[in-house]
Amino acid sequence: MSEAGVNLTRRQFGKTAGALVLAFTLAPRLAGAQAPKLPGSLANNRMLDAWLRINADGSAIIFTGKVELGQGISTALAQIAAEELDLPLAQVKMVSGDTAQTPDEGHTSGSQSIEYGGTAVRLACAEARSLLVGQAAKRLGVPADALKVSKAVITAPDGRKLGYGELAAELDLDREVTATAPPKSPAQHTIVGHSVPRRDIPAKVTGGAAYVQDLRLPRMLHGRVVRPPRYGARLDSVDEAPVRALPGVVAVVRDGSFLGVVAQREEQAIKARDSLTRSAKWSGGSEVPDPARLHEQLIALPIQSSVVSEKQAAVAPAVKTLEATYTRPYIAHASIGPSCAVAAFEDGRLTVWTHTQGVFPLRRDLAKALKLNTEAVRCVHAEGSGCYGHNGADDVALDAALLARAVGGRPVRLQWMRDDEFAWEPYGAAMLARAKASLDASGKIVDWAYEVWSNTHSTRPAAPDGNNNLLASWYVAEPSQPGPPMNIPQPAGGGDRNAVPLYSFPNQRVVNNLITAMPLRVSALRTLGGYTNVFAVESFMDELAAAAKQDPVAFRLAHLGDPRARAVIDTVAKKAGWRAGEKGDGTRGRGIGFAKYKTLATYVAVVAEVEIDRKSGRIRVPRAFAAADAGQIVNPDGLKNQIEGGMIQSTSWTLHEAVRFDRNGITSRDWSGYPILTMPEVPEVEVTLIDRPDEKSLGAGEASQGPMAAAIANAFANATGRRLRDLPLSPERVQAAFG
Amino acid sequence: MTISLKVNGSQRTVPAEADTPLLYVLRNDLALNGAKFGCGLAQCGACTVLLDGKATRSCITEIGTIGEAEITTIEGLGTVDKPHPLQQAFIDTQAAQCGYCINGMIMTAKELLDQNPHPAAAEVREALAQNLCRCGTHGRIIRAVLRAAENTGKT
Repeated sequence: MSEAGVNLTRRQFGKTAGALVLAFTLAPRLAGAQAPKLPGSLANNRMLDAWLRINADGSAIIFTGKVELGQGISTALAQIAAEELDLPLAQVKMVSGDTAQTPDEGHTSGSQSIEYGGTAVRLACAEARSLLVGQAAKRLGVPADALKVSKAVITAPDGRKLGYGELAAELDLDREVTATAPPKSPAQHTIVGHSVPRRDIPAKVTGGAAYVQDLRLPRMLHGRVVRPPRYGARLDSVDEAPVRALPGVVAVVRDGSFLGVVAQREEQAIKARDSLTRSAKWSGGSEVPDPARLHEQLIALPIQSSVVSEKQAAVAPAVKTLEATYTRPYIAHASIGPSCAVAAFEDGRLTVWTHTQGVFPLRRDLAKALKLNTEAVRCVHAEGSGCYGHNGADDVALDAALLARAVGGRPVRLQWMRDDEFAWEPYGAAMLARAKASLDASGKIVDWAYEVWSNTHSTRPAAPDGNNNLLASWYVAEPSQPGPPMNIPQPAGGGDRNAVPLYSFPNQRVVNNLITAMPLRVSALRTLGGYTNVFAVESFMDELAAAAKQDPVAFRLAHLGDPRARAVIDTVAKKAGWRAGEKGDGTRGRGIGFAKYKTLATYVAVVAEVEIDRKSGRIRVPRAFAAADAGQIVNPDGLKNQIEGGMIQSTSWTLHEAVRFDRNGITSRDWSGYPILTMPEVPEVEVTLIDRPDEKSLGAGEASQGPMAAAIANAFANATGRRLRDLPLSPERVQAAFG
Repeated sequence: MTISLKVNGSQRTVPAEADTPLLYVLRNDLALNGAKFGCGLAQCGACTVLLDGKATRSCITEIGTIGEAEITTIEGLGTVDKPHPLQQAFIDTQAAQCGYCINGMIMTAKELLDQNPHPAAAEVREALAQNLCRCGTHGRIIRAVLRAAENTGKT
């Protein structure tokens, strides 16, 4: 959905908005080979009118493929646009994630929206402003550089004025972006770099229509689906007749082993689902691993190995070698609101309102699954509950479409039930990491070997041709197969994200093992492998520091050349009042964790405090400090909110979370089977931002998770002298550590 | 059948069975978006409304059991133009990321502040112990409730 309306096509939009509409062209004119590479998301969306429009009233609409997920991106991109266009923020409207209106920027993921989407919006708006000024110069007969621009009004030295609105009709944005109009220098910024209230919050706290869940279309029906008891099970039979006779039931939809129901009212659909669940007979399906031997079984599965970093140098002899193994379980996205979509067919064309992270990739897999032309499918983003990666958002869109197809033209709203989300979402992969390193006599690390095992971290739409990554496509009568498991290459990495540390080690070998068989369904969870690798690398750094009898802060700095990395560590150590060599007292202690997210995004260092109740085995994290350097900051309070949120979510992952299953399938089906951090346990967090207005903005949305986990584990070791290497740091493991 | 309910000060009649959870009636019959479906099991708190001032999980409250009780939803507290002090404090503190849990946080905090107008931070935490947040906005939520308490005292 967008601030500018949901039902209008781009072309209709122009007519109603009263501005001169030129042909809307997303495709570049030049052939790819001749075209120079453009920065950020401009690279694949080269036309200026794909990014913005100036309206007859002088206001602007910005079109972006990057969607609001509660991370505040819509506000931050509006800030960038308003800054470059010299428009008051209120006169910038955002339209995001609509296959009929916006550029294709792939997925909103990986903390990349400011870097890629923000760069595109900045350059496109700077260019539009320069075109407006050029047009005004012609009209007023004065040189462009003699004109002053403020709040959408261009003023000549003699006082004559032209508003953007007056120029809009003559403005030709139907052209390739040249990316040559210089954006403002940070010193000129009056909107970027300032904390601006998020635009989405007022509706969210007053019951305004803020989510796809809130969409109510005329004649809309309610759907529910019935999933198998375990992965891959086949539907042998189901007693449909009594369900069709239930009050309000409009259709029972069965397509192979896909089963769903549509009813007039939501509670009727839920009752019908219960009834179908009771009578459905399933067979077959795949076994999942024995949870007691999970990691052992995972690393015995087929793998694709690759060396992702290798360095060799002559060094002083090693005097001490350490080895350690770290693990993480499967972690659920566990969105508070189960996934939801609204789908409607009209004249063979499908419109889906969806909280997907990528409307264009989703459209491709939807079209394949429904045997439609891609052009016959429109996906419109509307916010959902926070997703933290690839949750059920895309799957529920196909479910809703399959149900809508059965009820001839009436829109169907489908929200998954709690157990649908917990049992069928693609989890963050279970992982194992082995680290081995040696110290020389001076306590420096002279060699470092690190190996990580993991399933893929992305099974998002769109799958390669012939495959489909949407859940229901594997169960319909003519099923598809999921796409092959892929790793995201370095430097960003997938399972090996942050596996190559930022520290300088003279000898280093890092190996990534992509496990290709997938016993539990997995995909992207915030940080991908980054959380586990930072937990492992930073835990191991502390173990090495202890072996070298050095303070963990000093030990890190001794291996770290990057001045920005050193600065976040120094800053957080000062803020926390870190004392070199400080030791815990058996139940309380503090620890540090550091990473540069993806080794190419935001720098974060965290100091966390823990308190341990030895009897119950419970770890509490009363307080944590963080310092973050995200380059040029667009919205300081928004950035803080992201860093804080990441720290608290990471505390929950680190202390509590693991998807539960037995040999028959997933047993985490509600919040009692998947406990998360509760309000009384939440740490006080204090975030210090290091603003670097002259450096490019770095992705920050996922940057604090890894350092927080490591800081907690290191604080536990600091407090107790014992090391926990398996996540979560549960009461059972704490008790076991004390034997 | 139809059932009559008193919602945000108005008497409303809805065409639903007595065993229908209040949540669906609020959302689908009365077009009130505030209360959210989170679990349908009274575990998460996203669906919280007030019944005679008491924070109640609307996802498991059958409309046939409500009778004359006064139902207040977040829409009954205030609007974007005229927000309740709690809503204003959540805006001022920017106490939301995805915001899906915030209805429950505000409605549960409303009950708390009605009974205890100046709670300590620890009391706010305890009052919200059964309301789940996934984005990690907890700290801001606590600060927003304390801020609302402070502001209410001033006016």
